[in-house]
Formats: sequence, structure tokens, C-alpha cells
Amino acid sequence: MGVTNIAVEIFRYRPEEQSEPVFQTYEVPFRKDWVVLDALNFIKDDLDGTLSFRWSCRMGVCGSCGMMVNGIPVLTCATFMEKVLRRSHGAVTHPIRVEPLANFPVIRDLIIDMNGFMQKLKRVKPWIIRAEEKPLSQGEYRQTPAQLAEYKQYSMCINCMLCYSACPIVGLEPGFFGPAAIALAQRYNFDNRDQGKKQRNEILSEDDGIWECTLVGECSVVCPKDVDPAGAIQRYKVASAAGWWKSFLLPWGEP
Amino acid sequence: MVEIVSLALGRTVTRNSQYFKFHPELFGTRTPIFWWVHKWTHVRFILRELTSVAVALYALVLVFHIRALSQGPEAYEVFLAWLRTPLPIVLHTIALVFVVFHSVTWFNLAPRALVIRIGEKRVPDVVIAALNYVAWICVSAVIGWTLLTA
Repeated sequence: MGVTNIAVEIFRYRPEEQSEPVFQTYEVPFRKDWVVLDALNFIKDDLDGTLSFRWSCRMGVCGSCGMMVNGIPVLTCATFMEKVLRRSHGAVTHPIRVEPLANFPVIRDLIIDMNGFMQKLKRVKPWIIRAEEKPLSQGEYRQTPAQLAEYKQYSMCINCMLCYSACPIVGLEPGFFGPAAIALAQRYNFDNRDQGKKQRNEILSEDDGIWECTLVGECSVVCPKDVDPAGAIQRYKVASAAGWWKSFLLPWGEP
Repeated sequence: MVEIVSLALGRTVTRNSQYFKFHPELFGTRTPIFWWVHKWTHVRFILRELTSVAVALYALVLVFHIRALSQGPEAYEVFLAWLRTPLPIVLHTIALVFVVFHSVTWFNLAPRALVIRIGEKRVPDVVIAALNYVAWICVSAVIGWTLLTA
């Protein structure tokens, strides 16, 4: 049985050549065991070496190859072409459309600028904060499996930024901290070794913080690691509101 | 575009910098106003946001209801007669549908925001949602009973 070709339509942006992006169509062999990233690598190797895109591990752990495939943010290494082909009565009706992640400035072709995301991540202080570090001689900070389970889900984030592309609030309010950064803040808030909850709460209660979220819920739908950032943000809102009521009703209590 | 790019970068980008030759010429688009029309989950989200309009309309009717009550029995009778005309009935039906939609989606989402533990065990999502529904039905029943038997 011969290999049939299918069309892949790719977003091309080469600022030194043209100021507006264009779509370029390539014919690639259709194989059942190929993911979209395989098609991109085939194009890069055999058809057009000028195509630029990021990828690394090919197994869904590095978070580099996130792109829009037919308008949905996915990891291209974990998305089979078979799954995204749009067919009608067995015949392929549409080419597979590959675009850079939405809601990010594009540097070139399928490569987006992630600086804004990196700065947002840093602002939520995603590390263990201690009021006072204990000396090394006193040993490590212990943690039970139950305490690990408290935050493990949120620690699975691979920073692939698919949730930022899925979130319409990120598109409308580019300053919004966004799903992954807030989920990561929760990862440390729920860690029993951490004492920085209050510091993070101050940052995340700002205008660009948790209250920007209107719970569209799409971030959790596209997350390849089942982190459920939407859930993390809602838990933060509940905790933040409860904290406010506590300080309002018991102003003499522990702040 | 410059504005979007600078916002996304979290700093100001100066275009006339002499370094700009070597600075990436970023491409960005704005989110259109009708971003939500292409996908059913987005439409559902916007509909849910719009339920607040129905609640506001209902609150307005309630304000006029109280106003009529303060103006004496005659004005109140006139208002009650108006409430029986088709327009208010249609408005109330729409408001009811929207409010029920809002309440159901709200209670279904409650388990994601509320994580309650009893000892080591996490209370299952179904139990949290069920408790919310039971509380909703009980409160509605008490209010309904008070109104109907008064």
C-alpha cells in the first residue's frame, strides 16, 4: 500500500522578508504513527530548511513543542496527525493547520516570545520560602507522602504555556499572571515546608492576579499534565476570600 | 502591536533604539471582541456571564414591586395586574432559566474550589456537590413555604 500525501498548512513569519505572516502549504506523507511534530521535522529535513520551530524531548515532558493545531493549543509531539485530520466520508477535507501558540508575540514562524511568561512565573516566587533557614546540621525538611500528595498535582506543570493560549483572559489582559503561574504559586503554598504563603498572596491579590480569572476553564481542558490550573485558581480565590473575612471579623487575630 | 508586545514582555519597548536592527520584530494580534463565537464552550461561558443581566433585571422588578407597595393598596393592585401581562411573564421565565443555569453550573464547579479533608481523607467531589444541592433545595423550600403560606 502506497503512502498518501496530506497537506499541512503552516504559519510563516519572516520579519526580514515580509512584515505580515503568511500560510505556506506543504505536502507530507501521511503515516498513522506520525505525530504533528514528525511532519514538521519531515518538512524541515526534506522540504524546507528555513522553517523554524521549537522542540526537544518528543515525549511530552519538556514542554517546548506547544503549537496551535487546527486552532487548539497542543503539544505537537503528543498529537497524532490521524487524530487532527478533518475527514468527510473518508476523504480529507481540510489541511492540518499549524500556528504558533496564541496570545504570545511571534518571533519567527512557529516560535513565540516567552519572556512575558517567564517574568510572570518569577513574580509569584515559585520556590520554598522560609522565615528562617535552619542550619544544615539540623537535617532536612521532612515530608510525609500525604503532605506530598497535597501539592503533587500542581508540581506536574511543564511550562508548556498551552494554558496561556487557551485562556481568553490572557489574550484580553496581557498583564494577567495566567493559569500556570498561579497553579505554581499554589504548588508552593500547599507545600508544608514553605512559609511564603503571605508574600505570594500579596502579589496574587493585585489587579493582575487571581481576580482577573473568570473561570472559562479552558486552561484545564488543554493541560497535557492534568494540573487543573483553573481549579488551583478557584481554590486560591476561596482561600483569599476566607482570609479577608477572617481578618475583617477577627482583626485582633493572627493576620 | 507595539503596545501588545510591550505589555506581554512586561516592559517598554522603544522603537527608535539603535539596537532595534538586531531586536526581534515581533508579530502580535489583538483578541477580537467576538472571540467567543467560534467555540461552544466559549459561548456557554459568555451565556453564563450574561445571567447576571437577568438577575439585575429581576432585581429591578423587585425594586418597583417594593415601590408599588409603599404607594398604597391601589398602586400595588395596578402593579400586580401589570405583572400578569405577557411581557413580565416572559421576562421572569427567561430570568428563571438563566438563574437555574447559573446555579447548576455554580454547584457543579464547587468541588473544584472547595477541597475539604476529614482526617487524612479528601471529601469526594460528588459529596461536596450533593451537599451544595441539598442546601440549595432546603433554602428554596423554606423560602417557598414562607411565601406560599403567609
